[in-house]
Amino acid sequence: MTTHAARKPAGLERKTARKGWLFIMPAVILIVMMSFYPMVEAFLLSLQTGTGNNLTYKGFANYERLPKDNTYAAALGNTFFYLIVQVPIMLLAALVLAAMLNDRRLMFRGFYRTMIFLPVATSLVSCSMIFLQLFTSNGLINSLLLNWGWITEPIPFLTNAVYARIVIVVTMLWRWTGYNMVFYLAGLQNIDSQVYEAARIDGASAAQQFRKITVPLLRPIILFTTVLSTNGTLQLFDEVRIMTEGGPGTGTATLSFYIYRITFERVPRFGYAAAMSFTIFVMVAVLAFIQMKVGESKQ
Amino acid sequence: MKKKRRLVIRPLRILKHLILILVSFVSAFPFYWMVSAATNNTADIILGHIAPGNYLLQNWRTLTESGRIGPAFYNSVRNAVLLTISSLFISSMAGYGFVIFRDKWKNRVMGILMLSMMIPPAATLIPLFRMFSQMGLMNTVLGFMLPSVATVFLIFMFRQAAQTFPQEIVQAARIDGLGEFRIFLKMFIPVMRPTYAAAAIVTFMNAWNSYLWPLVILQSPEQLTLPIYAGSFRGGYVLDYGAIMLVVTISTIPMLIIFFTLQKSFVQGILGSVK
Repeated sequence: MTTHAARKPAGLERKTARKGWLFIMPAVILIVMMSFYPMVEAFLLSLQTGTGNNLTYKGFANYERLPKDNTYAAALGNTFFYLIVQVPIMLLAALVLAAMLNDRRLMFRGFYRTMIFLPVATSLVSCSMIFLQLFTSNGLINSLLLNWGWITEPIPFLTNAVYARIVIVVTMLWRWTGYNMVFYLAGLQNIDSQVYEAARIDGASAAQQFRKITVPLLRPIILFTTVLSTNGTLQLFDEVRIMTEGGPGTGTATLSFYIYRITFERVPRFGYAAAMSFTIFVMVAVLAFIQMKVGESKQ
Repeated sequence: MKKKRRLVIRPLRILKHLILILVSFVSAFPFYWMVSAATNNTADIILGHIAPGNYLLQNWRTLTESGRIGPAFYNSVRNAVLLTISSLFISSMAGYGFVIFRDKWKNRVMGILMLSMMIPPAATLIPLFRMFSQMGLMNTVLGFMLPSVATVFLIFMFRQAAQTFPQEIVQAARIDGLGEFRIFLKMFIPVMRPTYAAAAIVTFMNAWNSYLWPLVILQSPEQLTLPIYAGSFRGGYVLDYGAIMLVVTISTIPMLIIFFTLQKSFVQGILGSVK
């Protein structure tokens, strides 16, 4: 506030500033009650052991059990497999497609964009059901390959752990690449086309333009989509529950899926599940922090 | 020189179109197949029949006989509409408040709220479930809505939008004696319609698609939603693929309509939120 401001308006302003809290309070209270408080609650729960609601405090017993739990280790490994394989491929594909479609003279540009965006209209459950039917042992892919005589017996897409993980990655790629592409397309509209014109005159190839202009100028949006997709992948649940139920064995299970299992499908072990949830929280926070640091330092 | 340039560019153009055609095909085919399978019977689907068949009515009858598709559709629409309206109202009010009544304390509060973006829903699932079952919110729309009514993502989006809203309008309206809340209702909301449209699409899509939370909080059959209904076919003894794909198609149609009528404002709103 400037020193020139007369007393009365300053007082008035403070009064209206106080009214501002009324606008903010409903949202603040809800977020505190629905996010922060449950997080504290989850931590307290994670220090207790027992089944159902018979819980007693046992310190860090649940956390000590985690490293010895093979299912947890498998779920953790799978979750990171999805993260490391799916997120980079998806974001790179989305970027390249956006760069291709950014050309105003390109024919059928709107058509391509619409087609690539189409999968976003399906819910995660719907797209999991579609891909389940496509890749199941008597599904379309196997039927076609058999009809064409390319294979003699069905490929176990969903009953072999490695294949099943790949099918889940493919499903996610199908559903989310177009979604991320729209973010990049929106960002590219902000880049003056003269920048590309100048680069072309200087003899820069398409690949060079992509590396030296597109990627650096889109950095904030790339960072934003990376954080969003990392967060989403670490919580992967719908696809796994619908397509494989975590199987074969624990071959495709994710952390969210395992937490859901021990909370709602057998005798509930809230404390142990809460400890596991807390590890997801820590991972999301650490990864987001690293990504933001990397994003800032290169600016 | 000119000739050489043409020779270099043309094959690249063709390659570009080939790639885009391939990607478009891969994107669109499962979609086409979903609709096509909804018109076929199980035997044809298993045989790898790709063309549309004439079993649509029979599949529809299978669904209506179970008597669940109607209620599931109604519940999904009701949940998503109620959540979208209340979420837009509460989050935009907060976004507006953070900008129009800016001060040091509110900035700090916003900073703290941003931290909640780090909290994954999977981590709060169990405490929320226990809290809501104690409060008697199981199997209620309110129980479904409460965890996602106020989201930092939307508040952030509206805060960005509110920064482009001219303060002079607010001051002029104050001099005219309009109350603060009326200024928000009568001035801000109409001007920010594109942002509201984008926020509505994102919120509606999330509510329409949500699966894990309804699975936990809406366990009674009367509260069945479309994703849970579609997902429930997974464990059945005899799978009626045609009927399943019809459910999946039905649950996709509303999203398609929304996307293609509001596509422009969706991109605009997304742009505004990342800027």
